[in-house]
Amino acid sequence: MSWRPWGGPGVLGGERTVRKEEERRRGIFTRRAALLGAVQLGAFGFLGTRLYKLQIEEGARYATLAEENRVSARLFAPPRGRILDRQGKVVAGNRLNWRALLVAEQTADVSATLETFSRIVPLADHEKARIEREVRRNRRFVPVIMREFLTWEEMARIEVNAPDLPGVSVDMGTTRIYPETEHLAHVVGYVAAPAEADAGEDPLLQLPGIRVGRAGVERHHDRILRGRAGAVQVEVNAVGRVIRELDRREGIPGQDVQISVDTELQKAIRAKIDEGTTAVLLDARNGEVLAMATKPSFDPNIFNAGVSAAQWRQWTASRSTPLINKATNGLYAPGSTFKMVVALAALEARVCRPGDTVHCPGHLDYGDTRFHCHNRNGHGGVNMRTAIMASCDVYFYEMAKRVGMDRIAAMANRFGMGVDLEIELPGTRRGLVPTRGWRQAQGKPWSIGDTIVHGIGQGFYQLTPLSLAVMTARLATGRAVQPHLTRAIAGRPVRGSRAEDWPSLGIPENDLRFIREAMWGVVNGGGTAGASRLPSQYGQMAGKTGTTQVRRVTREQRERGFNVSQVPREWRPHALFVAYAPHDNPLYALSVIVEHGTSGSGAAAPLARDILVETFQRLGPTRPGQRVAEAGR
Amino acid sequence: MIFERRLLARDRGAGVLEKLWQIPWSFVLLLCAVAAVGYVALLSAGGGNPDTYAQRHAIRFGFGLVLMLSLALVDIRLIARFAWVGYLGGIALLVLVLLHGNIGKGAQRWIDIGPVQLQPSELMKIMLVLGLAAWFHRASWERMGNPLFLIPPAIAVLVPVGLILKQPNLGTALITATVGAAVFWAAGMRWWKFAGLAAAAAVAAPIAYERLHDYQRARITTFLDPESDPLGAGYNIIQSKIALGSGGLWGKGFLQGTQGHLNFLPEKQTDFIFTMIAEEFGLVGALTTLAMLTLMVAFCYLVAFRSRHQFGRLLAVGLGTNYFLYVFVNVAMVTGSIPVGGVPLPLISHGGSAMLTVMLGFGLLLSAYVHRDAEMGPMRE
Repeated sequence: MSWRPWGGPGVLGGERTVRKEEERRRGIFTRRAALLGAVQLGAFGFLGTRLYKLQIEEGARYATLAEENRVSARLFAPPRGRILDRQGKVVAGNRLNWRALLVAEQTADVSATLETFSRIVPLADHEKARIEREVRRNRRFVPVIMREFLTWEEMARIEVNAPDLPGVSVDMGTTRIYPETEHLAHVVGYVAAPAEADAGEDPLLQLPGIRVGRAGVERHHDRILRGRAGAVQVEVNAVGRVIRELDRREGIPGQDVQISVDTELQKAIRAKIDEGTTAVLLDARNGEVLAMATKPSFDPNIFNAGVSAAQWRQWTASRSTPLINKATNGLYAPGSTFKMVVALAALEARVCRPGDTVHCPGHLDYGDTRFHCHNRNGHGGVNMRTAIMASCDVYFYEMAKRVGMDRIAAMANRFGMGVDLEIELPGTRRGLVPTRGWRQAQGKPWSIGDTIVHGIGQGFYQLTPLSLAVMTARLATGRAVQPHLTRAIAGRPVRGSRAEDWPSLGIPENDLRFIREAMWGVVNGGGTAGASRLPSQYGQMAGKTGTTQVRRVTREQRERGFNVSQVPREWRPHALFVAYAPHDNPLYALSVIVEHGTSGSGAAAPLARDILVETFQRLGPTRPGQRVAEAGR
Repeated sequence: MIFERRLLARDRGAGVLEKLWQIPWSFVLLLCAVAAVGYVALLSAGGGNPDTYAQRHAIRFGFGLVLMLSLALVDIRLIARFAWVGYLGGIALLVLVLLHGNIGKGAQRWIDIGPVQLQPSELMKIMLVLGLAAWFHRASWERMGNPLFLIPPAIAVLVPVGLILKQPNLGTALITATVGAAVFWAAGMRWWKFAGLAAAAAVAAPIAYERLHDYQRARITTFLDPESDPLGAGYNIIQSKIALGSGGLWGKGFLQGTQGHLNFLPEKQTDFIFTMIAEEFGLVGALTTLAMLTLMVAFCYLVAFRSRHQFGRLLAVGLGTNYFLYVFVNVAMVTGSIPVGGVPLPLISHGGSAMLTVMLGFGLLLSAYVHRDAEMGPMRE
C-alpha cells in the first residue's frame, strides 16, 4: 500500500490487474448493497406488520367499540359575529334555535326513524323528502336537520321517546335575526345555506343548518363573522347518545362588525321616499356611508328559513326588483349632475377660462344636427358659473366639443365614476363612462356629435347613485375618498375614518373652489334649485340638479308643445340631485334619484333638502356621531 | 420485464432518440401511479375539491416529470464531473437559509425563490450523494482502507449535517448523516470502522447531552418522547393512530374518513397523508401504497446492480437509501413507531419543494440507468 491518500498518478497498471480489482470491488459492492437492501426490505416488512397490527388486530377492538361505545368527532359552530350600526345597535344578531338532528350512521333504518319521529312531531311529506335527500347527499356521519325552531313541548316529547329514535338528537343552535327587517336589507345583506361549491374549503360548512353570508356586509365580511369551527371528540353509544367527552378544541367565535350606517336615519329617509327612489348619504370627509336607502326592499329574515318558490317568483318577477340594491346596482344617466366634471375637464385642459362667455340661442348646430338646450328661448351669454347655475346645455355642448370625450372620461374616473369603488357590497356595479376606444371596440365609430351629447351627461353613461354621491363628496373635499361601510371589527376601528387617510385628487384648489361656488349658486344664488334652500340654522347647501330623458322627445312633440304631465308615468324623465352641506365646511354629501320624477329641481332637490335637515337633526351640524361599539358584548 | 432491453448505444455518440428508448418507461409509469395515489389522497384531504391541493399536485408532478426526463438524457460523465458544483451549491443554499431563511415551525428551513419555497436540506441530501459518489467512484478496495482518503468525504458529510442541526432540524440532520453513511458503506469502508464510530457515538452522546442548554435538552426530550408534549407532536401521533386503527381492512371509503375530515388529523395534506389513505382505504389501500413505494426503492437497487461503473452504483444506492428513509420515517411516524416529524411521503404529500427534489433525484437515477455502460475512466489505487 503506497502512501498516496489522494491525487497523484496512482493509476493501477496493467489491464489484468485493473479487471481483477474491478471484479473484487464489484463483488464487495454487491454484497454490501444486497445487505443494505435486505435491511431496508425488512424495515418495510416491519411497517407492513405494524399496519396489520394497528388496522386488523387493534382494528377489531375498534369494531367492538363501534357496537357498544365508539369515538365520534363532532364539529360545533362558533356563534356568528354580530353586525352593529353606527350607534352600536344590533342590526344582525343571533337567536337561539332548538333543532332535532339525525345522524344517519347511527340508525339502522332512516325511513323507519322518520316514521316514528313524525308520529311525535308531525312532518309533512316534502320535509321527509328533504331529509332523505340530505341524508343521501351527505356523508353518513354528518347530522341532518329534521326540524328547526322546536317548542319546549316538542323537545320534551322527543326526549321522552328517545329510546325509539336512534340517531335523533336535540341540540341548541342559533339562527340569524335581522331586527330592522327591510330597512337595512340591501346593506347588511342576508345569510343562507352555503352553495355546494363552497363546501369542502372549510369543515364548518358541512355542519347542519350552517349559514353563510350571501349578500351585502354579511357576505363581504363572512370570514370574520363566521369564525373557526371548534371540535369535540366524544364517546357515544350505539344509538349515538353521548357518553363522555374525550377531547375538546374550542373554535374561534365570529367577530362583531360595526358599520357606518345610522339605522334611525336610514329609516327616517326610507319613510320620505317612494318606490323607485334611491338616496345615498356619505360622510363627505371620509366616505363613510351614513345611509343608503332605496325602495322597494325585502325582509332578509325570510332567507333564513328558506325562500319559498312563490316568494322567489314574486321577488324576481316584480318590475320594481326588490332584491336589487339600486344604490349600487341601479344604472342611470347622470344628466346635468355630470356638468361639474365636464367643467373641470375643460379647466384642466385649458380650453376655456371660467369667465369666457358662450352665447346660447337655445340650440347648437353641428353638421346637420341641432342639439337643443332645455331652455328653448336660450340663455343668451353664459359663462361657466351661470351655465352651471342655470344648467345651460349649449355651454356644455361647446365645452365637450372642445375637450373631447376621452379627457371627460378620465376626469369622471378620477371622481369615482365608471371605476370599481371597492365598497363592501359584493356585486356592486362599476358602471360605464364611455370613451372613444370603448365605442370603437364595439366596431362603431365615435363622432363629434356623440361627444356633444355626452357633454350634458346623456348618452351611453351608466352610473350608480353611489358613484354620484362619491363624485359629490370628492368635489366637496378635493380628496379621493372611497365609500365604505366598515367602521370597526371586533371593536377595533379600521383605517379610513379620517380625512387625512385619503389622498388628494390633484385638482387645483382654485378650480374646485370655482365649481363649488357655482354649485352654491344653484341653490342659493338664483340657480335651478333655489326653492330647496336649507333652513338657515343648518348652513347652506351646494348642489346640482339633473333631469334625464328616458324616451326621446320627437320633433313633432316638441312643436306641439311637449307637456310631461300628459304622458304615462314610465315615460317621464328621471329626477336627480347631488348636494353637499354645509357649503363652508362640507360634512355630508348625497345623491338622490327619483325614477320618473319629471324634474330634478321639482322632485329630487326638495327631497335632498329634507334628508339633509333630518341628518343635521340626528347626527348634528358638527361631526357625524363617532361612537365605536365595545367588542364582544 | 422491461429492464431486459439491450443497450443500443454504448458511447457518448448515443442520440437523444436512442437514449429515450433506453429510459425504463415502466418505472416512469410506476411514478405516475404513485403520484395518482397522491392525487386521490389530496383530493380527499381537500374535501373532494381538486382546487384545494390536488390540482396543484398534478401540475407540479407534470413539471417534475419534464425535469426528470430532461436530466435522464444528460450524460452521466458530465454529471460526475460537475458533481462538486452541485454539492457546493447545496452548501451555499444551506448557509443562505441560515442567514435569510423564513422561520417555519420554530426553525429556519425555507427560502423563497420567486413563487416557490425551497427547503435546501432536502436538496442537500441528493447533492451529498452526488458528491460522495464522485469522490469514491475511482477508489479501489485498497484505497478505501486508507483512513486519510476517508477524511475529506467525512468532512463533506459533517458540514451539511452541522448546518442542518443549526436550523435546528435534528430529524433531517440524522437522515442526512444516515444517507452519507450508506454511501460510505457501499463504497467499501471497513466494517470495523463503522463499529468503532458507533461505539464512539454511544460514548459521546451522554457527554454532549450534559453540555447542552436546558432548552436544547427539552427539545431532545420531546423529540424522543412525544407523550411528554401531548398537545404538540404527541397529539398528532395519537390522532393518527386512532384514524389508522379505525380504517380496518377495507377502510371507510373515499371522503368518508371522520378523523381526517373533521380536522382531528393535523397536517393531513403533508406529513399525515398516509393516515388519510389508511383511514379511507384501509389496510388494503395502505399496503398497496407501501408496495408501490417499495418497488420505487427497489428500482434504485436494480440500477445499482446493473451499472458497470462505481459512480452509478454508489449514486443509485445513496438515492435508494434516501427514498427508503423518506418512506420509512414517514410511515413509521404516522403509525407511532418512531417519534420524528416533518418528513413528507415522496410524490404523495402536498408540497412543491419536496416534489422538485424527489424528481431531481429520480432524474439523476435515470441518467445512471440510461448510461449504465459508460466508460468512467481508470481506477486508482
